[in-house]
Amino acid sequence: MKAFALYKKDWQSELRTRYAINALAMFILVTISVIMFSIGNEKITEYLTGGLLWVVIFFSAMSGLSRAFVSEEERGTTMTLHLLASPSTIFSGKLIFNLLLVFLMNFVITFLFSILFTSFIVKNIALFAIAFLFGNIGIAISSTIIAAIISKASSKGTLYPVLSFPILLPLILTLLELTKFSMDGNSISGSLVEIFVLICYDVIMGTASYLLFDFIWKE
Amino acid sequence: MTDYTVELNNLIKFFGRRLIFNGINFSFSSRNVYGISGPNGSGKSTLVKIIADLISPTGGKVVHKYGERTIEPEDLHNYIGFVSPYLFLYDEFTAEENLIHSANIRGIKFNKERSDYLLGELNLFDRRKDLVRGYSSGMKQRLKFIFALLHEPQLIILDEPTSNLDNSGKEIVYKIIKEESIKNLIVIASNEDSDLHLCTEVIELEKFKKQTNK
Repeated sequence: MKAFALYKKDWQSELRTRYAINALAMFILVTISVIMFSIGNEKITEYLTGGLLWVVIFFSAMSGLSRAFVSEEERGTTMTLHLLASPSTIFSGKLIFNLLLVFLMNFVITFLFSILFTSFIVKNIALFAIAFLFGNIGIAISSTIIAAIISKASSKGTLYPVLSFPILLPLILTLLELTKFSMDGNSISGSLVEIFVLICYDVIMGTASYLLFDFIWKE
Repeated sequence: MTDYTVELNNLIKFFGRRLIFNGINFSFSSRNVYGISGPNGSGKSTLVKIIADLISPTGGKVVHKYGERTIEPEDLHNYIGFVSPYLFLYDEFTAEENLIHSANIRGIKFNKERSDYLLGELNLFDRRKDLVRGYSSGMKQRLKFIFALLHEPQLIILDEPTSNLDNSGKEIVYKIIKEESIKNLIVIASNEDSDLHLCTEVIELEKFKKQTNK
């Protein structure tokens, strides 16, 4: 409940300040436009479209999700949060907020890809939905803990992509593979290894994040 | 009435290689007002942050007890009210929204009666529905007192409590300190004589500057 209250505070704050939503919306709009202009009338393969989808998602996450903690640090309200709740509550609240943001962002990106790119054809929607679900959870968890780390650093802008790349790389590679499988129409039972890797990534990142957050959060 | 005590056991703090203080041993208990004084840079704010568990000491430890029970660090925020110039509330919310969110995040029911009483006491009741962004620095300082007192904490830490306040604001704050000291423990970090006048005992931080082999 406390974490949900923190999420509600963040969401209300976000609706008033538009810290993350504007950054995400502009980034999605610009990157998809640039991809469309650069492709022109050329026909691109299904696999390439699937790859481009996760590239857009990865960089969009970079541009918007760090705000969870950076905005608190910039406004000087980090101490206020310290005085209100335990570290685990704070991490959970920020994670719920980032989960909502990731799902919203990725629904929009996937929807835009499906109407703008004719080669974006998913034959096994259930498999894609599983990849989408666990992929988004993984992105949200990783982005939240990385955001907490970089909020304490002086060069926030550059550090976020640098730290995110090695942490998100295994996730993105697995998601690329699963997207390819879903475009090929592979069955879920034939993709169990990749699905298992995805779930393991989420569990490991979630556990490590909760364990590490106490040390990151306190000066 | 259950006593709240704070024990500082051989506290040491370094920032890098710079010693801030060394070997602070002290015990605070309920129904007292303690002062922490010292020149700029002596570590007054650092010490109160360590007491509130906002930062860690380099050495030693702080033990908070409510009655006989030692309070775990993850529960400490429920017992502490903190006011300082470097504490900021959310500018995009109104005063009342800030207080409602703070109660919800603490996991307690928002006590409207107490909130209205404190808003009235600190002359902010008529401005409670205005965004904090539009507040003067003195009004923000008064709102911080309400934020610190709303959940009825047992330990109230005041770092430069009268900064940004005019004379009438100071009078209100002194009245609140006197009222709260009847049942709670209050720690004031300040150099203002008028603030330290309220204290039953004052720690001079300059005495704890002596370097020992680390």
